[in-house]
Amino acid sequence: MHETVTKAPPAPVRPMAAARRPRLWPRFVILTVLAVAAAVLVLTWDIGPAPGTRGFWLIVNMRVVSVATIVIVAACQAVATVLFHTATSNRILTPSIMGFDALYVVMQTGLVFFFGADTLSRTDGLPKVVLQSLLMVGFATALYTWLFAGRRGDLHVMLLIGVVFGIGFGALSTFMQRLLTPSEFDILSARLFGNLSNSHKEYLPWAGLVVIVVLALVWQRRHRLDVLALGRETATNLGLHFKREIIVLLILTAVLISISTTLVGPMTFFGFIIATLSYQLVGSSRHWHVLPFAFLLGVVTLLGGYFVLRHVFYAAGLLSVIIEFAGGLFFLIYLLRKGSL
Amino acid sequence: MITVSGVTKVYGDTRVLGPIDLELPAGGITALVGPNGAGKSTLLTIMGRLIAPTAGRVTIAGRDVATTPGRELAKLLSILRQENHFITRLTVRDLVGFGRFPHSRGRLTAADHEQIDRAIAFLKLEEITDRYLDQLSGGQRQRAYVAMVLAQDTEYILLDEPLNNLDIRHAVSMMTQLRTAADELGKTIVIVVHDLNFAAAYADRIVVLNQGQVAHVGTPTEIMCPEVLTGVFETPFRITNHDGYPLAVYYR
Repeated sequence: MHETVTKAPPAPVRPMAAARRPRLWPRFVILTVLAVAAAVLVLTWDIGPAPGTRGFWLIVNMRVVSVATIVIVAACQAVATVLFHTATSNRILTPSIMGFDALYVVMQTGLVFFFGADTLSRTDGLPKVVLQSLLMVGFATALYTWLFAGRRGDLHVMLLIGVVFGIGFGALSTFMQRLLTPSEFDILSARLFGNLSNSHKEYLPWAGLVVIVVLALVWQRRHRLDVLALGRETATNLGLHFKREIIVLLILTAVLISISTTLVGPMTFFGFIIATLSYQLVGSSRHWHVLPFAFLLGVVTLLGGYFVLRHVFYAAGLLSVIIEFAGGLFFLIYLLRKGSL
Repeated sequence: MITVSGVTKVYGDTRVLGPIDLELPAGGITALVGPNGAGKSTLLTIMGRLIAPTAGRVTIAGRDVATTPGRELAKLLSILRQENHFITRLTVRDLVGFGRFPHSRGRLTAADHEQIDRAIAFLKLEEITDRYLDQLSGGQRQRAYVAMVLAQDTEYILLDEPLNNLDIRHAVSMMTQLRTAADELGKTIVIVVHDLNFAAAYADRIVVLNQGQVAHVGTPTEIMCPEVLTGVFETPFRITNHDGYPLAVYYR
């Protein structure tokens, strides 16, 4: 380092120009290729009958259900988490902090507790799925409009109360689970871990339809999302009704999470990992970059994980457990390395 | 014209502002001055509809800020607060571009890009347009935000301490640029400033607030006299005349 008192040379024009705006599209192309490759692998790997035969297509058709479930879950979790981060201007929270997962657990536990274990499978069907989703969305909407749209309108108070509700539901579930017989508890536990084989074919078209509608609404709002991320005051200055926009975002988040949860069960960390990785990798803070990127990354991660687990370790049901474990580790490492979010 | 009628703001049982009745004509620069806690920023944020008053109403160019749809208001009035939450992966140009949101809803046209370029040139940010916000100093970021508000191209501009974080050179150039915006572009600008001498040198009128009330309204020459200032700031003042505008001396 040398310091000089003489006149400094003129600064080069646009010194940062070289480091500017990394090209984004190659990343999207790579991710899309990976996603398609993973889907093809999951669909066609290790099928007994020769390709092209009737047996081959039968198995592929069966596997399409898993792939479709994964795509829907990835879309729900990735988009919901990014929306939640934008709505709360915080990148460390996940929608599950608002008691979503806990509500799902308490509903399942309550069913077993009050009506017996066989009710779980006996009531399975579209009406129950719809009712569960409606309950979860209704709970979230009530919480948001009551706490956030009210006179106080404090986001942090709302989040805190969401956390308290979550803990309350959790405690209630634990209490009821203690009183179950071991066999009832066993049947219940199978429902409480995110499990891709929980999914049923008949819900998929409905879930897919709702998700497509929600994603269309989100896409239509993509520019607004960027403005909302600037904070309440700047967003208001730019003409947005901040509270209304935030409540709409939170409700859309609730719909997505409830669909994902009713399809495969709770997935606490998956959305967080995907969203956090996307912010790091996409190289843009625009939602029309971040959202599709997070979706693709979610598909690649879930399909890839599913393939490896199923065909390398022969343990398909464990995927969400592995993701939670890896996600929890990643969360800790990320937090410790960065110190802040 | 900005009309403030019967505006009060109460937190708990403390009244921090008002009741205030005030009319600011269109055009020119108005400076809000006063001691800490006088309610300058509160009044400005109420005018800019960022907080709702406990009672009273504010109209800007005849439109009530509480009831006019946000989208229309954003083309008439812009407000910039002191501290702004910022996103790191955003360049100066991106930020200034957001100023066009009320007009283009996010899809920037060629005309929008022209406005953005003009705002960037106006605040002399050309050298740093492609820098990310977290790579900037507080003063540079402050200027980037002002550029965003200018790109918004509203008739009324409210700025809460735009000189914060700025060194002398940039403070002078900020005030000169605001003066130009008022004179050449016909903007109505209301600013909160702490430095009385900046207010006296650049503003057309000064509103002195004290303990939540309007204490005085007048031209710089009317306000800049020891009787007015000593009473409000509880500090002895001497006023000298410097090249035709009053200068307050109060340092010792």
